[in-house]
Amino acid sequence: MANYMDLIASQKNTKGGIIEAFHAIQKEYNYIPREALTAAAKAFGMSEAKAYGVATFYSYLSVEKRGKYIIRMCESAPCHVAGADEVIKAIEKYLGIKTGETTADGKYTLELTECIGQCQATPVITVNSEPIFNVSPEKIPEILSAYK
Amino acid sequence: MINLKINGKEIQVPKGTMLLEACRQAGAELPTLCYDEDLRLAGSCRMCLVEAKGRPTLVAACVMPAENNMDILTESEDVVEARKVILELLTARHKFDCHVCEKDGNCKLQDYCYKYGVKESSFAGEGPHFYKEDPNPFIERDYDKCIMCTRCVRACEEITGADAINLEDRGHHAKISTAFNGILADSTCVFCGQCVMVCPVGALTSKVSAGKGKAAQNEKVLTTCTYCGTGCTLELNVNEGKVVGVTSNRDRKYSPVNKGALCVKGRFGWDFIHSPERLTTPLIRENGELRPASWEEALSYAADKLKGVKEKYGPDALAMFTSARVTNEENYLAQKFMRAAIGTNNVDHCARL
Amino acid sequence: MEEKRVLLEYADQINPESAADYIKVGGYKGLEKARAMQKKDLIDEVKKSGLRGRGGAGFNAGMKWSFVPQDAPVKYVVCNLDEGEPGTYKDRIICEKNAQALLEGMAICGAAIGSDQGYIYCRGEYPFVVELLKNAVKSAKDAGALGDFDIEVRMGAGAYVCGEETALIESIEGHRGEPRFKPPFPGVAGLWAAPTVVNNVETFACLPYILVNGAEWFAGIGAAKYPGTKVLTLTGDINNPTYFEVPTDYKLRDVIYKLGGGIKNGKKFKAVQVGGTSGAFIPEENLDTQIDFDSMGAIGAALGSGAVLVLDETRDIVDTVARITKFFEHESCGKCNPCREGTFRMCEMLHKVNEGKASEKDLENILRLAKVMRKASLCGLGQAAPIPVESTIKHFKYEYMRKLV
Repeated sequence: MANYMDLIASQKNTKGGIIEAFHAIQKEYNYIPREALTAAAKAFGMSEAKAYGVATFYSYLSVEKRGKYIIRMCESAPCHVAGADEVIKAIEKYLGIKTGETTADGKYTLELTECIGQCQATPVITVNSEPIFNVSPEKIPEILSAYK
Repeated sequence: MINLKINGKEIQVPKGTMLLEACRQAGAELPTLCYDEDLRLAGSCRMCLVEAKGRPTLVAACVMPAENNMDILTESEDVVEARKVILELLTARHKFDCHVCEKDGNCKLQDYCYKYGVKESSFAGEGPHFYKEDPNPFIERDYDKCIMCTRCVRACEEITGADAINLEDRGHHAKISTAFNGILADSTCVFCGQCVMVCPVGALTSKVSAGKGKAAQNEKVLTTCTYCGTGCTLELNVNEGKVVGVTSNRDRKYSPVNKGALCVKGRFGWDFIHSPERLTTPLIRENGELRPASWEEALSYAADKLKGVKEKYGPDALAMFTSARVTNEENYLAQKFMRAAIGTNNVDHCARL
Repeated sequence: MEEKRVLLEYADQINPESAADYIKVGGYKGLEKARAMQKKDLIDEVKKSGLRGRGGAGFNAGMKWSFVPQDAPVKYVVCNLDEGEPGTYKDRIICEKNAQALLEGMAICGAAIGSDQGYIYCRGEYPFVVELLKNAVKSAKDAGALGDFDIEVRMGAGAYVCGEETALIESIEGHRGEPRFKPPFPGVAGLWAAPTVVNNVETFACLPYILVNGAEWFAGIGAAKYPGTKVLTLTGDINNPTYFEVPTDYKLRDVIYKLGGGIKNGKKFKAVQVGGTSGAFIPEENLDTQIDFDSMGAIGAALGSGAVLVLDETRDIVDTVARITKFFEHESCGKCNPCREGTFRMCEMLHKVNEGKASEKDLENILRLAKVMRKASLCGLGQAAPIPVESTIKHFKYEYMRKLV
């Protein structure tokens, strides 16, 4: 796992690039650990409180530990009318967690998301940002079992 | 110069003047919650909205520069309705316990609800849940009363430079928070209380003054802080002859040095005033014991002793060490006394260290 | 009536990352032409074409550029690729099919305003588009196609509000994506306080074709006051849920029944929401409207992002709108009172209606709040959030009434 200091340093020359640094950190850690946030704030000349404000503003950034696989269910109108509610229930049942939670083994985190722009094949979920199309409650076990 | 009409009245203002100021000049005082003349503009509370004829939306007067030929209405039906709805939205998230609130009688939300006749909210649903337990001895953080004007965040950053607080989350979940929503003691907070000073409601209040008197019951006495030589102006809040708190007078005329800003000592460190351990009369040491004396006796005694030392050992045997806790004028008098009356340059001051 | 493909003419025939492929089909000729022109003439040419912003506000692009002070030492060209309107993915399609046209369009804008630095702000939901664009920029730079003009690609992190141009600028600067009050407009003080032009992907991508074929050619396509083509994305109960590029005088009915192949499963039409989740719901009686900006405006709707969500006769309007209010509650940045509190209470009240617990008084409160949000919110998010609610109460009131206690 890359050291967060190196990840931050890789974005050092990106003007105003703290969000890019957060992306780089999350790619390795799946969330932004506190010490990494503090270091990033320092590197970009920002107070820790402000950097925390940035990290908590955006849906795709997290300051809390998350699973290896982040599953996001789109629930915007096109997916909603295509049956997103039923898919969410199926995922919750399969994983044994509620939306917003992480499985005890630290493998899966389930989040809701707004439109991910793949509306040609609703409903859509993403696993670590990779879209999976035309999902249905029946397909969930098969889809998720591929992520070990 | 810019020519515009406000409530039918033709007025002229310099280019760059915001509508808020232009309206003031035309005699129309607008309600504001997020506006603070010492802080960068936010334009977010939307209370100062006015109607600019011909525009599809209402405009926030605090951030809209006056333009030629604008035709502004400050209390039109749409404007009043917008303010009422905004107040109802704020009251829906605000914990109403005015009877026990420190800010009762000195609260902008209360004042505007009164002015616009907002008795209850049409939008009452889920109530507030933002209270922050913080064990520090100075600042109470009851965000169940917070109206998200962000004046505290801006004051912390721009007046004090502590950058201790910012916003956490977004939308309706957003709240004022330190990094990782911790307590102030773990943050870069210096407990200056500038956040308390600018808070327009009862979200941030002084724990030291809690329960000792509401604003309307207190007499405010303008004085100079005794802690250091900066000479900050502050207001002692006096209730039934007792000091119960310190607040800021932000008027430049009265507070030219600090413009209302104080430090932790000035704002919260006043409880010594009524300490039973304070000296209330001069004491003279006799045979190793201190005994009370009158001012007349004590001053004569000191003068005699000073004179005695000067006569016996010369003026340079005496020195004066003065304190930052007295005013500049008193410090001036002290050195003058040493130089002119005693005849020595042995003068020093604790703030020189 | 069929599609008219301008931006998507070579879709799937060229590698979108490859400048060489793009040049083979006539790419970068527009930029060459633009660079040979005087700045003023170039801006006039774009003005004359009648090109209006494809992001939602529909502002004349050349006019927007003309507000940029020519003498400022640093200026920026920013591309808005934060398409967050649910049901919209046309900017992704333009990038995936013809990314080089976007880069060329940005460079043309740079030539017009005198800027040598561009930024593309791509939504965090499209990390693969970020990669594609980075490769495309590299390919164009290596081929020397962009000259001195540099483009940096930045990725958002899940915030619909960053589609608002000043929030987008705040986000590039590394801040919370909260919109700024205007004025000052970005054209005067935008990114890092420098004059900045922010345009949508589709707007930029039109520019090479305008320069090559001439302003008159573009002005002659589609609706006179909103000329050109528009990429639409069809979703919901439709037989062909895909994207199309059509001239702007195309009729909504044809979008649904000709291109879209009609309503799925042989059902009947109930409503269509155009422009994404902030758009109005349109009933059957208004289907013969052209999709252009002004025609849609005349029926109280908006072309917006060009998303078209079709609902069949069995759909529950209140349930759909309740879900939409949740979207705005989730995406409000929280800066201004009417939006932060309004979207939350609107969502609360709509769910109350949907659950059959609301009274007529609640419906009155909903409309009262909607009007104030529209008039008093700081940015377009709060101003548009109540539109789906108001438009459905207007056109489908019976669906609300039957759920009241």
